[in-house]
Amino acid sequence: MSSDTAVSVMPKTRIPSNAEVLRTQRKERISLALRYLILGGVGLLMLYPLFWLLGASFKSNQEIFTTIWFLPRDLTRLLDFSAYYNGWMTRTEYTFATYFLNSFLIVIPRVIVTLISCTLVAYSFARFEYPGRKFLFSIMIGTMLLPPIVLRVPQYLMFKELGMIDSYWPLILPSAFAVDTFFTFLVVQFLRGTPRDMEEAAIIDGCNALQLLWHIVVPLLKPALISVALFQFIWTMNDFIGPLIYISTVEKYPVSLALKMSMDVSGEVEWANIIAISIVALLPSLTVFFLAQRYFIEGATSSGIKG
Amino acid sequence: MASVNLEKIVKTYPNGFEAVHGVDLEVRDGEFMVFVGPSGCSKSTILRMIAGLESISGGELKIGDTVVNNLRAKERGIAMVFQNYALYPHMKVYDNMAFGLKLAGLPKQEIHERVTQAAKMLEMEHLLDRLPRQLSGGQAQRVAVGRCIVKRPEVFLFDEPLSNLDAKLRASMRVRLTELHRELRDRGQPSTAIYVTHDQVEAMTMGERICVLKDGTIQQVDTPTTLYDRPVNAFVAGFIGSPEMNIRPATLVARDGGLGVEIGDTMLPLPAAFSDALRNRIGQKVQFGIRPEHIGTPRSILASGSQERAAIANCLFRLREHMGNEVYTHFELGGHDFAARIPTDFAGDIDAAERGQTIQLGFVMDKVHIFDADTGLNLTLGASQLM
Ligand SMILES: Nc1ncnc2c1ncn2[C@@H]1O[C@H](COP(=O)(O)OP(=O)(O)O)[C@@H](O)[C@H]1O
Ligand SMILES: [Mg+2]
Repeated sequence: MSSDTAVSVMPKTRIPSNAEVLRTQRKERISLALRYLILGGVGLLMLYPLFWLLGASFKSNQEIFTTIWFLPRDLTRLLDFSAYYNGWMTRTEYTFATYFLNSFLIVIPRVIVTLISCTLVAYSFARFEYPGRKFLFSIMIGTMLLPPIVLRVPQYLMFKELGMIDSYWPLILPSAFAVDTFFTFLVVQFLRGTPRDMEEAAIIDGCNALQLLWHIVVPLLKPALISVALFQFIWTMNDFIGPLIYISTVEKYPVSLALKMSMDVSGEVEWANIIAISIVALLPSLTVFFLAQRYFIEGATSSGIKG
Repeated sequence: MASVNLEKIVKTYPNGFEAVHGVDLEVRDGEFMVFVGPSGCSKSTILRMIAGLESISGGELKIGDTVVNNLRAKERGIAMVFQNYALYPHMKVYDNMAFGLKLAGLPKQEIHERVTQAAKMLEMEHLLDRLPRQLSGGQAQRVAVGRCIVKRPEVFLFDEPLSNLDAKLRASMRVRLTELHRELRDRGQPSTAIYVTHDQVEAMTMGERICVLKDGTIQQVDTPTTLYDRPVNAFVAGFIGSPEMNIRPATLVARDGGLGVEIGDTMLPLPAAFSDALRNRIGQKVQFGIRPEHIGTPRSILASGSQERAAIANCLFRLREHMGNEVYTHFELGGHDFAARIPTDFAGDIDAAERGQTIQLGFVMDKVHIFDADTGLNLTLGASQLM
């Protein structure tokens, strides 16, 4: 910009000198650096246990319990992945391949039935008028306040009657009936916040209730359903009590139980193996999370309403 | 080809609120009918009952010769444009338009023809590949209209389709929609349209006939000019026209040779033609109504050639708003606020007036309306018809 015009338009404005510009820029840079330093420091502090865990999978038992520095003293050990191998092979007759497979046999069907049941129940709560709807909804919310532990005993007895003990059914079946109240609630709230216009347009276009659900509502719900799938995946993957109660055969153990079992084995425990395998156990959840993150962001911007 | 017939239509919502109280209306085949009224007067409710999105609590609704009370939306031969466009966010524009046709099981070839034809008509062929979120408000609204056109419905329904657009775009879309309607009609395609708006400008400019609603009842159904010149009651008079009609309390009085209205301490003589209608109400309170353009300076009155019918009165000047070709002048008469629209060329004396100064203004008295003070009914309707 030519300084002539600037002066003629705003004759009173003082043109900042070069030195002043530099000074301001330097001040801004310093404050930025300071901010990042603090943020980085605190972030590191919070992540340290995770780094330690990672490092510990390369340490000997003795070193694990004596140092809090996360790197092993002998850095060449970082190239030695034997703990991962040994952990994976386990001391049982099954490798962790079996246990991971078992976990997926629980998690994947459970996520699928959760999505289906949640969507159906939430659709009915949010979009249909029928007698008793409000009452049923408040009952559902009521069960959210119930500590899950109080249901364990009656549920166990019920599944025992049904002959489903030591199978995956008790871990999957309840989700098919939308008992994961929190998820249903989440989807109901999401749907309530979504304008009905699009559904009405689709009704006029000739959709029946099920076509409406499939062609319009489910795509609209995508961001909410992705959150549901994600959380259900992670929570089920990490669930310990459920499998502990219902699964008794080692061959059917999911990862969470198998990990615990590796610690229980009598005799000398090689902690590096356990730590190594628990890191591996984190991977599926992490992967799913990062895959879903992209959709989270897309979902937030694609709801399609703008003025 | 279809007319829409409403007979004693009633809507009671599940919470017991009666939103529509027995509405009778005929929308003729090919007509562009506008429902207008303030927010909450049940315009949308009636439209949604016609669309099949709300159940009908009482009365009979016919589209063409068929009673459609119990038909589902898709069987009624209607299409609707929503205020928020209601495009399916996960489908491309093409699929948005084709969705209804696909559901109806039309062959792909035909769907393609219809969509491209409609896109050409609306000049939006370049948008077919976009997602709704990649459209501006005006473009989205065109897609919503296109989605209706491809269905070739008997009746088009619009629920405030332009109210999310900015003023400029709204004005141009108004013209476009009206043209589109004429185009369809000229081609001999079904084109009956019912258009809901709360904006009386839209109603006046677009409607072939306008249905004015208030609190779930019809006030008046007629052409824009008739509504403007001969409103049946004070509500219609006040709602139609912008700036709105001055409607102020007054008293009917006798004067030598006829009647007059007394507004505060000022008496304005009424024309002889009003005498028959008002004679037996002398001394009663009424509402006096006059449109801003029927008040002028002595010069503007002279220029419009209505000096013989005008009454000159002393008024208290308050404020002027320059609109370019007109000056909106706010003043007090008999203690009540009035507004006048005066052509700028004749504003003369007004231009120099100070706040609180007395100015002389002329009232074209054969254009005034006298409304019943309680019911709001237009008492001079019969009389003004004679003129
Ligand atoms: N689902 C409903 N339940 C109860 N009352 C409703 C419902 N929908 C609309 N109403 C009421 O009916 C009246 C008319 O609403 P509406 O037709 O939307 O008015 P408009 O479109 O003219 O602004 C309003 O008073 C509104 O509060
Ligand atoms: Mg409305």
